[in-house]
Amino acid sequence: MRGRPNLYTSYESESQLMPTLTKKVALGLFLLVLVLMPFDLPVIDQIPFIRFLGDNVWLRLVNRTLTFAIAALGLNILMGLAGQISIGHTFFGGVGAYTAVLVGGKSSANLWGWGLPMWIWLPAAGVVAALVGVAVAPAAVRVRGLYLGIVTLGLVFIGLHLSRVFPEIAGPGGLGRKWPRLELRLWKEESPLVNFSRDGHWFWFDINKNQKTYLLLLAIVILMAWAAANLARSRTGRALQAIRDRDIAAEIMGVPEYRYKTTAFAISSFYAGIGGALFASFSGQIPPEQWSLIGAVNFVAALLIGGMGRVSGVLMGSFFVITSHRFVEEIVDWMKHQAEEGGLFSGIFDFFISTGQGDGGFVSVSETALGYPLPVSALDDIIFGLLIIFFLLFEPLGLYGIWVKVRNYWKGWPFSY
Amino acid sequence: MNVLPVVLATNALDTFVHTFIKALALGSLYSLLALGFVLIYKATQTVNFAQGALALAGTWLLSIIFMDWEVPGRWIGGPGWFHWFIALILAAAATGVVGLVIERLTIRPMIGEPIFSMAVITLGLEVVIRVVAFDAVNTTPRVLGIPWGTETFKIGGAMIAWSYIAAIAMAAVAFLGTWRFFKTRTGVAMRATAFDQEAALAQGINVGRIFAIAWAAGAVLAAISGIFASMPPWGPAGMASRDGAFFAFRALPAVILGGLDSAIGALAGGLIIGFAEVFAGQYLASYTGVLGTGYQQVVPYIVMLIGLLVRPYGMFGTEEVRRV
Repeated sequence: MRGRPNLYTSYESESQLMPTLTKKVALGLFLLVLVLMPFDLPVIDQIPFIRFLGDNVWLRLVNRTLTFAIAALGLNILMGLAGQISIGHTFFGGVGAYTAVLVGGKSSANLWGWGLPMWIWLPAAGVVAALVGVAVAPAAVRVRGLYLGIVTLGLVFIGLHLSRVFPEIAGPGGLGRKWPRLELRLWKEESPLVNFSRDGHWFWFDINKNQKTYLLLLAIVILMAWAAANLARSRTGRALQAIRDRDIAAEIMGVPEYRYKTTAFAISSFYAGIGGALFASFSGQIPPEQWSLIGAVNFVAALLIGGMGRVSGVLMGSFFVITSHRFVEEIVDWMKHQAEEGGLFSGIFDFFISTGQGDGGFVSVSETALGYPLPVSALDDIIFGLLIIFFLLFEPLGLYGIWVKVRNYWKGWPFSY
Repeated sequence: MNVLPVVLATNALDTFVHTFIKALALGSLYSLLALGFVLIYKATQTVNFAQGALALAGTWLLSIIFMDWEVPGRWIGGPGWFHWFIALILAAAATGVVGLVIERLTIRPMIGEPIFSMAVITLGLEVVIRVVAFDAVNTTPRVLGIPWGTETFKIGGAMIAWSYIAAIAMAAVAFLGTWRFFKTRTGVAMRATAFDQEAALAQGINVGRIFAIAWAAGAVLAAISGIFASMPPWGPAGMASRDGAFFAFRALPAVILGGLDSAIGALAGGLIIGFAEVFAGQYLASYTGVLGTGYQQVVPYIVMLIGLLVRPYGMFGTEEVRRV
């Protein structure tokens, strides 16, 4: 119905992903900006925030955000749609990563690896993680609420132990092993078809490895996000939401609880496996200890900060969680410069920053500092923890909730409703 | 926390006696930690993931109070162990105050919100307290000045550390205290609150005060168990070190196995987990090649998973009544 955006005449029109032309155009433009972001193009590099995210240093961080976002999308299906608490999402990420390295990695005297190309190891990572999810589901479906949270937390510790039992797959503890690179081969031929981890030349312009990786990961994220958004409005998605809202009522209405919870675990683990494999491959080499509790907390934090149950919220939350540390470092760095240069406000910054021995500030600028004043790395952990608390206390819907408030304000502006 | 070495005694009986007391002591430690979780869960329906961080904070406070400030030794005479116990009480009380502050600032405003949001708030708290405590503890572990140190005595041929006896005694005191507490007026009020917050409120129970008491008690128990877990042979020679923050996560299986809202469950779960871990570590040691080094640390989780498959709410946990 033209001109009546809130009038729906069918379920299809109500559950459309892109109900209005404005939304389609806005999303199209946004995607265009995202694709062109890392390149030095006349208009794109004038957009304030985009300009420095396209920077090479930041692009690596953005790439990490993208791999993180894939796994977070999976957790969103489990927690946001199906309402099952999981604090063990890194376990499935780890399963995916180690499947990838087993299928795609190079073998040596004390390491296993079959050296298969990426179009095999990437789907394999997802599928094996999904199978492990299905295997775990019978235990997980029986328990609910915080009990389930702690059971999944147990998975993290069991997974960490398994990495010690199989050093042939995981590599030596504390060091890890090399993951297969992001490169597309048909089979095991010498030179890859498309190499995402080397600088190169595409069509008529030069492109470096970060930009290539970014484009690959962006494509995968868009695909996965689109699938996740569509899942929410499919039969499965509706069943999962029914289970989340009132599981007994859902069962009485004929929604098989056990089957759908298992499905939710499988899909969410699939996402986690893909995300984990891409993250490991993109990082190059990571120790088994990377798949720890802290990572799992980060996933939960991303969902809560971004807004649970919404694809856009999850993406915002992932960006926030991964980049916030870096932003804090940048801000502290900037404050240090302000304090040293001695402008009008240098006294204020000097109050926060401790530049040397006996200075009163509570943030130390030297990287290796321990104890008080706090080193920057400790400061951004603290800020991160405080932000989780802050969001839960004051904005339970997260960044998505803030966005909805802003949007609704301007929708009726200048009227208040 | 260290992985305990395998007992090497001359004959099988001595080995068994030693292993048994070792298991009993570790189980007591787990029970102590589990009791802290249970008290907080009973009152506020929250699993407090910050328990480990609070334990580390308590250990650090004891080290500061007893070793650095020499409180109360600088004012009163008497034997050293007496001073240590007073310092222990002071450190536990200080941690209790931290618990009170946390409850007031972050938990009280969350009443009525989903339980998971509350649990994640405590995860955020865990990060904050742990990082602050890490930087306080620093890389050099701090001495706690435990009176009995690494001393041992003999039962038959088995060498028993005094720490074992201390941990068992402490757990006994804590559980007897909790049992008595639940019979007092406040204790009954707490049980009523656990049963139904709104109904308790309607009966004139000050639910906010119950919350505060539970958090203070939980923090005190966290501090005490953290301090006892840093004693040799568990901790690195009686010092506050950064490992303390992660010890509490190993007690979570005990809480879940016993049931999140049952004090008796905490005792039973803690003991079962402790026995399973120590006995697996002792008698499966020859299979380390297959099971992987440090396999005994995973045993609690395996036991928990099996236990949950049989009883989804733990051994003594109340089954949640669900309505359509």
